[in-house]
Order: sequence, then structure tokens, then C-alpha cells
Amino acid sequence: MAIADQPLERMRRQAGGPSLLDRVRSQPIGRLLVLPALLYAILVTQAPFILTLWYSLQRWNLQRPDRRGFVGFQNYQTIFTRDPAFREALVNTAVFVTAAVLISLALGLLYAELVNHRYPGRGIVRTLLLTPFLIMPVAAALNWKNMMLNPNFGVIDWLTRTALPGNPEPNWLGEYPAVSVIGVLVWRWAPFMMLILLAGMQSISEEVREAVRVDGATAWQEFRDITMPHLSRFLQLGGLLGTVFIVQELDPIYMMTQGGPGNATTTLPYLVFRKAIEGSNVGLGAAVGVVVVMVSMVVITLLLRALDRIMRGV
Amino acid sequence: MAIRSAARPVRFGIPRRSRSQERGSPLLAIVAWIVGLIVFFPVLYMILTGFKSEPAAVDLPPKLIFTPTFENYEAIFRIDFLPFFRNSAVASLGSTALVMLLAIPAAYALALRPPQKWRDILFFFISTKFLPPAGVIVPLYIIFREASLLGTVQGLIILYTAMNLPIAIWMLRSFLEEVPRDVLDAARVDGAGLFREITQIVLPMIFPGLVATVFLAIIFAWNEFFFAVSLAAVGTATVPIFMVKFVTSEGLFWAKLSASSTMAVLPIVALGWVAQRQLVRGLSMGAVK
Repeated sequence: MAIADQPLERMRRQAGGPSLLDRVRSQPIGRLLVLPALLYAILVTQAPFILTLWYSLQRWNLQRPDRRGFVGFQNYQTIFTRDPAFREALVNTAVFVTAAVLISLALGLLYAELVNHRYPGRGIVRTLLLTPFLIMPVAAALNWKNMMLNPNFGVIDWLTRTALPGNPEPNWLGEYPAVSVIGVLVWRWAPFMMLILLAGMQSISEEVREAVRVDGATAWQEFRDITMPHLSRFLQLGGLLGTVFIVQELDPIYMMTQGGPGNATTTLPYLVFRKAIEGSNVGLGAAVGVVVVMVSMVVITLLLRALDRIMRGV
Repeated sequence: MAIRSAARPVRFGIPRRSRSQERGSPLLAIVAWIVGLIVFFPVLYMILTGFKSEPAAVDLPPKLIFTPTFENYEAIFRIDFLPFFRNSAVASLGSTALVMLLAIPAAYALALRPPQKWRDILFFFISTKFLPPAGVIVPLYIIFREASLLGTVQGLIILYTAMNLPIAIWMLRSFLEEVPRDVLDAARVDGAGLFREITQIVLPMIFPGLVATVFLAIIFAWNEFFFAVSLAAVGTATVPIFMVKFVTSEGLFWAKLSASSTMAVLPIVALGWVAQRQLVRGLSMGAVK
């Protein structure tokens, strides 16, 4: 995370960046070089979405291709008025993502603070804390579901059983499926927040820290008055990217709860998967997909504006 | 970028390494080690269980010291783990190669020869990453079915390329921005063509960034599940699908599950450990360095 101060960067600053003339002159070739990537992204991500819009207006079940036909907004009517799963999925998505992002940020802040000091084995501790993020989510979810959270043989359930007074018979996954899913999401995403916040902490100038220490500030005052204000931009960035990535997480839900019990842990992406891929209902799945994108677009526009502001450093 | 320069108002050429190296108290060190071990425990337990016999795997209280056995690993290889491994490797490496092929010229242009509306282009790329795959999975499923791409590794390569392209472009661009102008000008004065300028001057200068980008693309492709479970078939499924299939068809055998999980995560965890100093730049799209 210490790339910023390399000589390259200092040299570039001294050079003052590209001249206006340079920018104007290099435009045509720049466009040519960007074009393949641009076309690829449009073809693979934008074109299918237009089809999603089109499919969402059709009655189309892959099991009954003969009944395919244009039905207008009937699919939307179905998911909004006749399908309780949709509303539950919408609420679940909002709750899961908000909870997972906020707790990951708090925990990531703790992780970062813990590895931002010098002591024996700091590098190892950072590696240990980082590892959950690298573990294949499917494998992680499977192992959590079985070895950690199985009501009879899981380590966590066993710990609650033996450590807590009154011999409780816990069944975390069965009784608190949402908490379990959020817990696994946090376990995976807190390291991500740690990386971003650690970079933020390490960019605080040591002179400022030393100055307040000379003035007799306590560790808490230093954290509150120097570290936190400086970190706010990094917290925002972590929150923004965490939101974007965690919304797309399907693995723990698919592996641990299958969206259940009932629809208690069904999120919007999982609902699309269940309707369209498992249920062969192309029209309905597409309609849910469109709503997912619409909701995301509103959130993303707001977040992107924030990201642009963060990037410009305003 | 701005986040960085604004972040360091005071700087008088103090070497980077001397910062944030304040010695922590012994208490902090102990707390850090305990938290680290707790967070890592599920992974450690998974690795250990892979070397236990099936009855020992469900023993409570869990034993951390035992006589290791390799029977689970032998069993996994008997039930054809390798084809899944190969599919994952082909999908990850193939898509990463394609990503780099598209991203390097694009990032070079956006950083050093910005075309008109380069900011819009940059944000377009990132917006494709922000759209949930759920919004495109249905037509992709239909198109792949029509084009006989359903259940092929090629299909996954196409999608993983699109998935990693924005991250690669943003990450590479943030490295390319640090290439000093004078070097490029000198190369151009010397008559280096565009191709030579990129391959012989620019790329060697950002080599660590290049490697980190490749690693990150491989990590994301290897771990990907949504497209794999929706669009892959039995013969071409990747490692994550093996994990799912393993549970459903083999019942609950925790020791074998742990052994196959360990195999599945090992290459990626190793890559991530090697690249951990650069990971943050890719994960934050180059906003944090």
C-alpha cells in the first residue's frame, strides 16, 4: 500500500502532468485504443440488459415455449401485487447490505487499527485477517454452514452450548438465518474494509500525529481528532464499494439457507436466479432483474456522484 | 489521485517506511494476535479437518492435535476433482488474458492519451461493474442456450472478461498515471512507435502493477459463482460447482468437504498473500494507493 510515494509519482508532479497541447494531439489514437474494450463492455453488459427489458414484457416459460407471447406489464403487476417473495426480497436486500456494510466497516476499522502499529508478527496478523476475503465464497459458506453452524456438531453452536450458562440449545442457522448470513458476509468483507482503511491510516502524516502527542493528546483524542476526520473519505469509499459488491453476493445465501426458511433470507439477485434459472420463468425473472437494475441505478447514481467527489478529493 | 494528495498535506520528503511504525503496546499486540487467530480460525479448522478421519471430523470438543490422514485427499482424486480444477484454471487464465489484452490499450489511452470525454468513458466502465449480474443473467442464459455456449468454458471466459475489465482498466490506469511524461516524450523523440512505446517502455515500468492486476483478475474469476452456477453444465463446471455438487451427491462428509475446500482455495489464497500489498489498489479501483 506504499506505492504513492515512489519516485515516479514525485517526478510526475514536478513535470506538472500532460500539457494541454499533448492532450489535444493525442485524442484520435486514444479513442482507437479504448474502442475494443468499450465495444466489448457494451456488447456483453448493455445489450443483454436491453433484452432483459424486452423479455420482461413477455409471458415466457421455458417449459411451455408454445405459450410465449407479449403481455405488457403483466409480469411487473405479478411481482408487485401477487408475489410476496418480491417485497420480502427487496426488504431483505436492503437490510442485509446495510447491516453487512456498516458492521464490516466498524470491524475493518478495528482490524486496521490493530495492524497499524509495530509489534512482532504484525505481517502475519495482517495476513490472517486478510485471508477470509480470499477464500472462495462457496467453500467459505459451506464450511460455515457445516463445521461452524451445524446445530449438533458445529463449533460455534457447541461453544454457545458449553460456554453459556443454563445449557441453551442454540441453532444459529435455523433460528437466526439472517444473522448467520450477515455474519458470514461480515467475516468476508471486513478484511476488504481493513485494506482500504489501513491505506487511509498510513497516509496520515506522522508530523501531525507527533505534534498532537507533544501537545499531550491521549490515544483516544488522537484517534478522534486526527485519525477519524482524516479517515472519513476512506470510510465513504469503503462503504460505497462494499455496497456495490455485497449487493451482488449470492453464494452464502445459495449455500447456507437457499433463501429460506420461507423467504426469510431471499435477496433480489437470488430471487432472479430462482425464478428464471431454476423456475424456467424467463418473463418473471427478467422483470425482477429489471427492478433490481432500476433500484440499483438510483442507488448507484447517488453513490457514483459520491465516488466522483471522493476521487476529486472535494 | 486526489484522495492521496489531499490526504497528505504535510510532506517534506520523509521516507515512506518511517510512517505508521509507532511501536504498539504489548497489550495491543496480544489483542491483535487473538483477533487475528479468531478470524482465521474457520480457515484453520477447515484445513485441519481435511486431515482427519470422518468420525474424528465431527468429534466434540474439536481436537486441534491428532494423527493426520491423507485418505480424504485420495478420495477426492478418485471422484474426479481434476476436471473441475482444469475448467477453473482455463476459465480464470483465459479470461484474464483477454482482460489484459483489452484493458492495457484502454488504460494506456485513458491515462496517457486521453480521448474526448475520457472521464465519461472511465465512469461508464465502472458503472458496468456496479450493475448487478442479476440484471443480465436471463438473456445471457437464453443467448448462451441458442449459441450452444451454455455449459462451456468459453461462455464463462466471455463473461469473466466483462466482469474483470472495469477493475483492470481502473487499476492499470492508476499505475500508468505515475509514468513520468519525460520518459514517454524521450521515447517518442527517439522514434519509438506506439506498440514499442507500450510494450518496451510503459509496461516494464508498471510491471508490479501489471502482476497485481493479473492476480486480482484470476482471484475474482476463480471464486466466481453466480454465472458458473447459472450457465455451466456438468462437464464444464468449475471448482465452486464441484463444491456444490459434492455436498448434494455425496452427503455430508466433513473431512472430504474440508479437504476439497482446502484444495479449492489454496491457489487463490497463495496468490492473494503474495499480492496483498497491491490488492487494495485494485479493490478500490485505484482510488487508494
